[in-house]
Amino acid sequence: MSDERIYLSTDSPPQEPAALVDDFTPSLITQANHHLCPGCGEPIAIRAAMEAIEELELAHSTITVFGIGCYTAFAHNLDVEVVQALHGRAPSVATGIKRMLPDGFVMTVQGDGDMVNEGLQEVLHAAARGENITCLLLNNGVFGETGGQMTTTTTLGQRTKTSIEGRDPHQHGHPILLSDLAATMDGAAYVARCAVNNAGNVARTKRYITRAYESQMAGAGFSLVEILTMCPTGWFVDTLEGPEYLQDTLAPVHNIGELKAP
Amino acid sequence: MVIDVEACKGCDLCIDACPPRVLEMTVHEVNTRGYRYPRLLAGCTGCQACAQICPDFVFQVYKYDTPLELPLEDQGQQ
Amino acid sequence: MSDRALLEGSEAIARAAVAAGCRFFTGYPMTPFTELLEHMAALLPEVDGVCMNAESELEAVGMAWGAATTGHLAATGSTGQGLSLMQESLSEITNARLPLVVFNMARGQGDYFQATRGGGHGDYRHIVLAPMDVPEAVELTGLAFELANQWRTPVMVLGDYYLAHTYQAVSVPSIKGAAPEVPDWALNGSSGGSGSAKIISPLGGGVEGEEGFDLGAHYAACAAHIQEMSAGVDPLIDIGFCDDADLVVAAYGSVGKFVRYACLRLRDAGHRVGYVRPITLWPFPSEAVHEAVAGAAKVAVYEQNMGQMVDDVRLATLGAVPVEFIGSPSWDHSGFGIGPDINVPDISERILEALS
Repeated sequence: MSDERIYLSTDSPPQEPAALVDDFTPSLITQANHHLCPGCGEPIAIRAAMEAIEELELAHSTITVFGIGCYTAFAHNLDVEVVQALHGRAPSVATGIKRMLPDGFVMTVQGDGDMVNEGLQEVLHAAARGENITCLLLNNGVFGETGGQMTTTTTLGQRTKTSIEGRDPHQHGHPILLSDLAATMDGAAYVARCAVNNAGNVARTKRYITRAYESQMAGAGFSLVEILTMCPTGWFVDTLEGPEYLQDTLAPVHNIGELKAP
Repeated sequence: MVIDVEACKGCDLCIDACPPRVLEMTVHEVNTRGYRYPRLLAGCTGCQACAQICPDFVFQVYKYDTPLELPLEDQGQQ
Repeated sequence: MSDRALLEGSEAIARAAVAAGCRFFTGYPMTPFTELLEHMAALLPEVDGVCMNAESELEAVGMAWGAATTGHLAATGSTGQGLSLMQESLSEITNARLPLVVFNMARGQGDYFQATRGGGHGDYRHIVLAPMDVPEAVELTGLAFELANQWRTPVMVLGDYYLAHTYQAVSVPSIKGAAPEVPDWALNGSSGGSGSAKIISPLGGGVEGEEGFDLGAHYAACAAHIQEMSAGVDPLIDIGFCDDADLVVAAYGSVGKFVRYACLRLRDAGHRVGYVRPITLWPFPSEAVHEAVAGAAKVAVYEQNMGQMVDDVRLATLGAVPVEFIGSPSWDHSGFGIGPDINVPDISERILEALS
C-alpha cells in the first residue's frame, strides 16, 4: 500500500518562497550528530534549554555546568560556555561561578543519577541557600549511561537491571521526588516538573525553562526544572513505546506541573 | 520540510508527534547506518512538532509564504 | 607596604592570601583549619571578595572549582578527613587545568603521601609547599598563588596544628593590593554565541566534527604538563651544616623547625650533624638532598608518622648513603595533630642514637 503513496521531496529547501521556521538545531547547538540512543529524551530537553537561552538573548552571559551522564556528550556541542563538573557536584561548581559573576546566567544540566543519587545534598543546599542559579534535572528513572540500573527516582514496580522484578519498597526503598523536596526550601523561587514525551509537553518544558531563566535573571533565587525524559534503552522498551512508558511509569509518581512559582 | 535522513536513528517519535499524521517511516529503505527514516506526505502544516520532539535534529521546517495547493492525487491514501 | 604584627598563623596566612589576590575562599570548619576560614570570612568582604561557609568539604571544593573557572584566584582547604573528601575534585581540577590554592592544616604528619602523591584517583601530582613557621607560611602563601596561576594547577600549602595556631611576629603585605588580571582562558559567558564558546573540562577538548571528547589525548597532554611542572618548578630546600656532617637529618614542616634547632644545639655540643628541610615536597628537591648528604655516613629521617617522606629521601639518595627512619607517630588524646614527642631533647636523643 505504501508503494501507492506519493511522498514530497524533502532533500532540499523548497523552491517556492518560504520562511525557515525551525532549523535542524537551534543556533546554540553547534554539532547535530551525537551518539545518544534512538528515542532518547535528553537531546529534546537540551534543545528546549538552548532555544530558551537564545530567545531570552542570554547566550553572551551564560555558563552551563554539566554533570556526568549521557547528556555530557553535549558539553562539547554547545555554543555557550561550559564547565564540566564531576558526577553530582554541578550545583556547588555553579555556586562558585555565580558568586564571582553575579551578573552572569549560570545553569546546571544533570541527570537523576547525578543530581538525586550522587549529589542530592548539593542541590538541596543550593536550593536552601537560595543560590541564584537554574538547575535542570533530566530524570529518566534509570542510570542510562551504564545501561539501565535503578536510581533513587526509579518508581515502585519499575523494572531495572538492579530491581529485576520491579522496585520493591521493602528491598529497594521508595523513590525520591526531587522537585517536591526542593519546592519545600525557602530559598527556592521556581520549581517545575515537565516531560518531553509529546510535542505538547515539549512546548510546556520550554515554557517552564523560560520561566526558570527569567526567575534567575530577576534575582529571585534558586530555580529548578525537572524534565522527565525517555530512555528506551535503559527501560528495555521499543523507542516508539518510550513516551507511553514515561506517561504510565514515571509521570504518575513524579507529577507534572509547576510546584513553586512566584 | 528538509529531512536529514542520514542523521535519523529511526526512533519513530516524530510519527506519533505529527498532528496531521503526514510523516511515515520507511519500511525497507534505510540510511547508510541502517536506520529507517521518515518521509513526508502532503498536508504538512509546518507546526514544527516533529522538529521539537526529534532527538537527532533531523528536521528543518519551512513555512511557505502562501500555502501550497496540491492536486488531490498528491494527498496520499489518508 | 607591609605591617609587622603579632599574628596567629591562620590570620597571617589569610592576610597573605588576600594580599596575593585571593578573591574567593570556601571551607568547612574542622580543627585545625577552622580559624583560617574564620579569618577569610572577615577579610574577603574588605576587598569585595567572597567567602563561603560551605555545607560540606565536597561542596567547598566544588565552589572553589567554579570560582576558579572565572579566572579569579580561589582557595579552599581543610585537614585530614576533609581533604580526603576533596580528593575526587582535586584530581579533576588538576586535569581541568585550573589554578587553585589548597590550605591543608594537617593533623600531624600522617598525610604526607596524601599531599604529595596526588591523593585522589588518576595519574597526577600537584605542587606542595610545607612551611615550618608563620613567616615562612606568609611567604609561601604568596608563592602558592603565583605558582597556581602560572602553571594552572592546584598548589597545596601543607601546614599543621602548630602553624595554624602559633602566634608569631610577622610582616604581612597589605590586603589592599590589586589582584592579578583575569586571564584569557577564564569564563565569563561572553564567548557564547560566537561559534566557538569556551569550555573548561577535566575530560579535555572536543573532537572536530564529532560529539564528545578525546580522553586519551587529554590525559597524555595532562601527563606532559605534570612532567613540565616537575622540571620547571624550582625545588626549595633549607640546608644546614651538611658540609662536614657525619649524619644528616631530614625533616619537614613545623617538625623540621624543631629538628633544625636540635641540630643547632648538637653542633654547639660538638656533634657533626647537619639537616635538610625540603620546603617543596613536590617537586621534591631530590638533587639538592643528594648533594647535601653526599659526604655523610648516614641520613636519618625524622617524621611524626610511620615513615613517608623517608621514601622520597631514599629515592633522592639512590642508595649512595644509608637512610634510617628515626621518627614515630605522635598523637595526643585529641587527635588534632599535637605531637607530644615534638620536643628538642627527645629529638636530640634519637639523632644521637642514629649518630652512634
